[in-house]
Amino acid sequence: MPQSSTSKKSAAGLWVTCLVNLFRPSVAWAVVRLLNQAGIDVIVPKHQTCCGQPSYNGGDRSNARRAARQVIRQFERLDYMVVPSGSCAAMIRKHYPELLKEDRDWSARANNLAAKCYELTEFLNHVAGYDGTQVSSLKATYHDSCSGLRELNLKTAPRDLLGRVRGLELVEMRDAERCCGFGGAFCLKYPELSNDMVSRKIRNIMDSGAECVIAGDLGCLMTLEGKLHRLGHRIRGYHIAEILAGMEGDA
Amino acid sequence: MTAGTGSPKRFREASRTALNNERLQRAMNRLQSGFGEARAQAIADLPEFDALRDLARQRKDFTLRHLPQYLAAFEQAVRRAGGRVHWAKTPQEANRIVRGLCQEYDCRHVVKSKSMVGEEMRLADYLLGWGADVIETDLGEYILQLRQEKPSHIIAPATHLNRDDIAETFQATHGEDGQQGKAAEGLVQEARHRLRQKFKQAEMAITGANFLVAETGTVVLVTNEGNADLGVTLAPHHVVVSSIEKVVPTLKDAFLFLRLLARSATGQDISTYTSLYTGRRRDGATDGPETFDVVLLDGGRSDLLDSEFEEILHCIRCGACLNHCPVYAGAGGHAYGSIYPGPMGAVLAPALNDGTVHRELSQASTFCGKCEEVCPVRIPLPKLMRYWREKSFGDHQSPFTERVMLRGWAWLCRHPHLYRSVIRLMSSLLRRLSHGGWITSLPGLGRAWTQDRDMPAPPAKTFFEEWEDKR
Ligand code: SF4
Repeated sequence: MPQSSTSKKSAAGLWVTCLVNLFRPSVAWAVVRLLNQAGIDVIVPKHQTCCGQPSYNGGDRSNARRAARQVIRQFERLDYMVVPSGSCAAMIRKHYPELLKEDRDWSARANNLAAKCYELTEFLNHVAGYDGTQVSSLKATYHDSCSGLRELNLKTAPRDLLGRVRGLELVEMRDAERCCGFGGAFCLKYPELSNDMVSRKIRNIMDSGAECVIAGDLGCLMTLEGKLHRLGHRIRGYHIAEILAGMEGDA
Repeated sequence: MTAGTGSPKRFREASRTALNNERLQRAMNRLQSGFGEARAQAIADLPEFDALRDLARQRKDFTLRHLPQYLAAFEQAVRRAGGRVHWAKTPQEANRIVRGLCQEYDCRHVVKSKSMVGEEMRLADYLLGWGADVIETDLGEYILQLRQEKPSHIIAPATHLNRDDIAETFQATHGEDGQQGKAAEGLVQEARHRLRQKFKQAEMAITGANFLVAETGTVVLVTNEGNADLGVTLAPHHVVVSSIEKVVPTLKDAFLFLRLLARSATGQDISTYTSLYTGRRRDGATDGPETFDVVLLDGGRSDLLDSEFEEILHCIRCGACLNHCPVYAGAGGHAYGSIYPGPMGAVLAPALNDGTVHRELSQASTFCGKCEEVCPVRIPLPKLMRYWREKSFGDHQSPFTERVMLRGWAWLCRHPHLYRSVIRLMSSLLRRLSHGGWITSLPGLGRAWTQDRDMPAPPAKTFFEEWEDKR
């Protein structure tokens, strides 16, 4: 719920994912706008880089641990940490405590950060509150990103929020929960399998009759958009933050 | 198709071939949509499904913690019922034990029924090589035997084949008898006709086991065709090949797992045939085998106890993780080059080979987590695959370039200023390669991305640059 006016204004640290920083700054700006609307100060810790997923999933546990400690140091003092990506949020919430569980001091710090780290849609749905916005009529379908869905249980939060966007009609595609084939390094190691997976997704998006596809993770979104563009389809892709902030016109 | 080393390159090549095989792709689509929907329906109809899963998991944990006791109890119970248990460390040893039994009972004609442990041992080939007449009696396995292929799925071994493939195989191998055309009914008749003769001749029936019940010495086997029953009823000697982790404490446990198994595998409430075999024919009884032998294979499993991989021993071989895996859907079972394919295979196969050969299968996952979601005994398959990746990284088994890049990236991430400069550089390089906001062809590593899709060009400034500008 929104903070009452008597209490001190809370501050949320914004996690800018590697992909958002490089490919789609508008996503981070959208989050800034959404948090400000909810009366929350946004802080962008300066020295953030990568949450350590590549190391962790590549089997380099010790470097993943170092990345975790670096992130914890920067965000642990803030009231909240908000992450516009299901997979980075899951990394911090689920995997940091696991990575550091044998380290007495760091284990507590990891758990402390995990408790105040939120993926954007769950933050808006459960903590900050979201009043909705208006978009010019848009028929959209939502792709459930794997990490957000299965590690953080983000099934209803994004749909609830999209339900508060006036002018937006949400249509469900077939197999919305099926992986898009991104998978970090997977798409580079097994491009043919990755292509098979994204091609199925594109067919389902097309069949849904939607004009655009929305996702909560930029990795998925770039995979879907990249394939749509290669195939010459006009369907656009949006990060959910962009839609919720009413930025679909200028993205 | 042959088994290979399972390196990323090998798996990639094999999956590429599979993706271009239209028949296979159609078969995989059928498998996944059919079994996927059936499972979803079956689970929707059983509200306590999740509670059963939790219970099953607990029972598995409990049993594994006391594995030696339960195995000993099982052996005792089998003995009480007039049977024998034989222990094998390796598949080779298990094969020799079965051969010894053939010699002891003077058997040359063997009917065999589906068993993944049998596959692990390559038992049929071994016995054929020794001079026995061995015939696979489950339709799928029978077809594979004729085609000299390996199973591509743990419960639907010939799922990669369609009716045309089968008709061709029968025509090529049945000669005179191969007159039944292409209708499914005719093909089944034709196989049945062939197999009948073999059943009549058989002196030994070899089956697998789904569960071994410590309390009673019972071997529980589920099938959808019932051929195992026919073999066991007709042949005077019954030999069971199984692995040690299939033991469960009580009959009640076995029924708990059976409920989960059928629903997860094919969406049935219970498999068409569920057989319970306990010991040999009782004195004065008119049916049942004269002898009953159980060969128990370890095959690397006891090394998994108390290791990070222990949970894979929970697996009840339902195949749900295969039926829902998007990678398995594209690659098919043979691409894995291991006896056990799909997510469960990516975890189990490297442990059984006690080497590094199949470890790289763990790379072929997006960690989408669907396998864990559907697993009836809640095995955290992605987590276990990640452990294999860690082993490969730690032992320098993963490709050199990959390790260098991972280390380099990690190092860069620890130096935020440098990180920002490198990202800025990357950004301008990418923009230079773009046309109209999109990049359609990238060199080096990026080629894999642009092979089948485009990449949006980064905007003029990164978020951090824009943010700094605003201050
Ligand atoms: S790992 Fe789980 S889902 Fe896969 S076969 Fe085993 S029990 Fe079934």
